[in-house]
Amino acid sequence: MTTAAALPPGLADLVDEFEAVTAKDRLQLLLELSRELPDLPEHLVGQRDSLEQVHECQTPLFMAVALSDDERVQLHFDAPPEAPTTRGFASILHTGLHDEPAQTVLDVPDDFYVRLGLAEAVSPLRLRGMAAMLARIKRNVREQTR
Amino acid sequence: MALPHDNDPKLASYAHPERLVTTEWLSRHLDAASGPDAGLAVVESDEDVLLYDTGHIPGAVKVDWHTELNDPLTRDYVDGARFAELMSEKGIGRDTTVVIYGDKNNWWAAYALWVFSLFGHPDVRLLDGGRAKWTQEDHPMTTEVPQRSRTSYPVVERDDSAIRAFRDDVLAHLGKPMVDVRSPGEYSGELLHMPDYPQEGAVRGGHIPGAANVPWAKAAAEDGTFKPRDELEKLYQGEAGLSPQDQVVAYCRIGERSSHTWFVLTHLLGYPNVRNYEGSWTEWGNTVRVPIAAGTEPGSAP
Repeated sequence: MTTAAALPPGLADLVDEFEAVTAKDRLQLLLELSRELPDLPEHLVGQRDSLEQVHECQTPLFMAVALSDDERVQLHFDAPPEAPTTRGFASILHTGLHDEPAQTVLDVPDDFYVRLGLAEAVSPLRLRGMAAMLARIKRNVREQTR
Repeated sequence: MALPHDNDPKLASYAHPERLVTTEWLSRHLDAASGPDAGLAVVESDEDVLLYDTGHIPGAVKVDWHTELNDPLTRDYVDGARFAELMSEKGIGRDTTVVIYGDKNNWWAAYALWVFSLFGHPDVRLLDGGRAKWTQEDHPMTTEVPQRSRTSYPVVERDDSAIRAFRDDVLAHLGKPMVDVRSPGEYSGELLHMPDYPQEGAVRGGHIPGAANVPWAKAAAEDGTFKPRDELEKLYQGEAGLSPQDQVVAYCRIGERSSHTWFVLTHLLGYPNVRNYEGSWTEWGNTVRVPIAAGTEPGSAP
């Protein structure tokens, strides 16, 4: 069984923010987040081959998952400006999980995104992209912590 | 009230040029999309639900295919009352000229146009080249959401008989011309979903027996506009062996890509009897006891 306590603080705050507003404002919040997605760091620019593509997203999304020396998860995403929804999903995960300890990331419930309340505003089909991103992040973390 | 047609010579070669406008025409008539008696409504319909909000054609309103045109409870489109409410809320009247555009070669824009057509909206057109061409030509974009005056769109019942096909219609249609507009990998059965897209849960791969494979995007040129008529004829009449007298059923995975092909066959090539089977592969590929064909050949109905 999972509990709300399993969410790292940054992600918990975001979930609270989404829960506090109406469906229409959630879309606006997602749009703002899409703008805040950091650019790829210099060492990854032009290195698409070394990034992993998330095929479940409707638009091409590439990501890199690495662990720092103290086992904190380093996340980098690359998605085009004409895919704001995908960028917004990536930004939620970046805001909530970047630089968190590996075990904290692995403990995030797979269905946490249900609590964002985006199904109505975005549609369940589109939300699958978010589930896929989280699954791939966890798989990467698991492989690197073994 | 309807706006004049676009007399562009490329459009004139199509069977129903009144169903398309060029970016140049829209740029010239954009003023008609604002003001209290706006005779023109520009509608953006995208795959990405937030793309409109990042910037859109000035005066354009958003219609989202997933959250606004589908019924949330039944796998169906909204009914006449809900469509009327949606149109009224967007400031679109029954006599308004509607120009729809969107991302990805007008893929979802064509889908929205097809749904508008189920309700018989009299004057609905596509912007040739869609969002990409408009932005590439540096026409203005804005994030300002227009305030169009509310209208009272009449409740018109959806007419599914002419341009929409259901599973039983397709079963009865087996042996007659069909076009599968998915990618070759989906058609052969090698892939159960679009390359790079989520799996939408069909349990078998392949196509409806007898269907020819013409991936939808082959109808689009590099710049996202529709290919000239002679090239489209080569594609659908030459390679796929269809003819304008045929009764044709088009399908894909959930009916959106095939709306694009429905538009091409109906409005650009002038086929009078084309229906879109929007249950498409997600329904057919899961239906008990319906035949399928696997591999690259169309195959035939048992």
